[in-house]
Amino acid sequence: MGALKLYLRYVSFSVRAQLQYRASFALQSIALFLLTFAEFLALVAIFHRFGSLKDWSLPEVALLYGIISVAFALAEAVPRGFDVFPRYLRSGDFDRILLRPRSAMFQVLGAEFQLMRIGRLSQALLVLAWAVWKLPIHWTPAKAVLLPAAILGGACLFSGLFILSAVVCFWTIESVEIVNCATYGGVESGQYPLSLYRPWFRSFFTFVVPLATINYFPAQVILGRSGGGLEGALMWASPLAGIAFLAFCGALWKVGVRHYGSTGS
Amino acid sequence: MLSSPSRGVNVPQIIVENIRKTFTVAERKSGLWGAVRGLVHRKHVEVHALSGISFSLEPGELVGYIGPNGAGKSTTVKILSGILVPDSGDCRVLGRSPWKERVAHVRDIGVVFGQRTQLWWDLPLAESFELLSHIYEVPAASFRSKREELVALLDLGPLLATPVRQLSLGQRMRADLAASLLHSPKILFLDEPTIGLDAVSKQAVRGFIRRLNAEEGVTVILTTHDMGDIEALCQRILLIGHGRILSDGSLAALRERVSLGRRLILDLEDADERVGDPDAVVVKREGGRVELAFDPSRIGAPALISRLTAAHRVRDLMVEDPPIEELIARLYAEEGLQ
Repeated sequence: MGALKLYLRYVSFSVRAQLQYRASFALQSIALFLLTFAEFLALVAIFHRFGSLKDWSLPEVALLYGIISVAFALAEAVPRGFDVFPRYLRSGDFDRILLRPRSAMFQVLGAEFQLMRIGRLSQALLVLAWAVWKLPIHWTPAKAVLLPAAILGGACLFSGLFILSAVVCFWTIESVEIVNCATYGGVESGQYPLSLYRPWFRSFFTFVVPLATINYFPAQVILGRSGGGLEGALMWASPLAGIAFLAFCGALWKVGVRHYGSTGS
Repeated sequence: MLSSPSRGVNVPQIIVENIRKTFTVAERKSGLWGAVRGLVHRKHVEVHALSGISFSLEPGELVGYIGPNGAGKSTTVKILSGILVPDSGDCRVLGRSPWKERVAHVRDIGVVFGQRTQLWWDLPLAESFELLSHIYEVPAASFRSKREELVALLDLGPLLATPVRQLSLGQRMRADLAASLLHSPKILFLDEPTIGLDAVSKQAVRGFIRRLNAEEGVTVILTTHDMGDIEALCQRILLIGHGRILSDGSLAALRERVSLGRRLILDLEDADERVGDPDAVVVKREGGRVELAFDPSRIGAPALISRLTAAHRVRDLMVEDPPIEELIARLYAEEGLQ
């Protein structure tokens, strides 16, 4: 409980620090909103030209887009410290983190809370709301739980990716690009239905970086496209893969911190 | 207190036993392809930072830890503060292993790096202090009294509402000192605390450290290149070089070890007069001011002075020890450090 209270304090201090630069904050938030909105307009343009993608309609794709974008915006705002982690290693800030009586992961998590991501978040929520409003979904209580669960699973997954890129930094700073490919490439590709892609690509985003489990599969269930039996059950449970992925990356983080202790930066 | 026959009253607070640390530095190639290749094949260079360091400190000591750049000073401090794990050897600080019990350990120590701040850049000083008190779980009442005390001693009152990025270097250093002491640590590590400060700020920082050590009994380990810090503060000096402790003792003992002799400085009436004496060597000459080095075991200062004042018209004179910079430079040279 003490940790949660301290985390909220970190967040409030971080937000206050960012609000010292009010104009910059407002401009960045608006820019991010417009940028992501333009991205969505490109999607709309494709549908305007072709009518549908395979058997997916625009509102259906907007559901995929909304889930993954809300999840990504949350992950960008909350565990932002891992995203900028190379900076901490280079500047020696990580040493200072180790000098404080809290776990290193907790401190990096609390180090930065990016309020300006509210630009992406609000755009993503708008798209998601539009999709839900447009689609003739047969809502059940279970589906109403699955949607936020998918978003939560997605936020965990992206947080895991940010942690993973930070872990890589303990060994080499340059290779972060490889993880970034999965993160940013994942957001982009996850906005479209998985069935559009080649099999190896589908396998990668199902089994290696399980992005499909946090939007494609749950969306299938919500849209009533999933079958029954084992496959259907797995689709219901799929957001758990995001949480498992985060736990896995968290374990790797511990290995990384131990490695840092024996090598320094 | 439990007492065992093998332990005296003064149980060392810090025990360092034969600590070794080698870093493997990889040569890195640039670009993404270079990074990928680097994962497979890399050239490595071994750097021996510490090759067997041992010492122990009693509670309440104020120790200067000195040595040239790259001697292993900051590696030692990082091991003692729990950031780094040594390859071999052992270390106990307040009975704990710093890296095995990091969280418990860092509650009892304070660390100040002169080169970087531990405060939040964009937050007013008072808020940095507040956040630190929550991180260290300092009870609200003791935080308030400790903060008041530190603010008064370090004259921080007018700065509390200022964002840290707007503080001058001297102000920031005082603020960092206060921040490192909010949780009342028993041991304070100071890494070049006076670097870049003006004379007045240096005096303030030194005065504060002296008081902290004398009145509150906080053990202080100070790494510095500023010989003024050492002269003003340190009862004991650990000299490190090549990853080893080269000397351990008082400043006086260090002076005895390096026989630089003493200095006699004469101000002559006649700026061009030649000065010579069989028992003294002219080491410096600036117009009428002559600095002579002599060995007190060969000739006493009174004898030398009476001889020189008889031979020359002397306006003023003084006898002093050679500056500590020279002493350290000589020590480094003797040990082949520079």
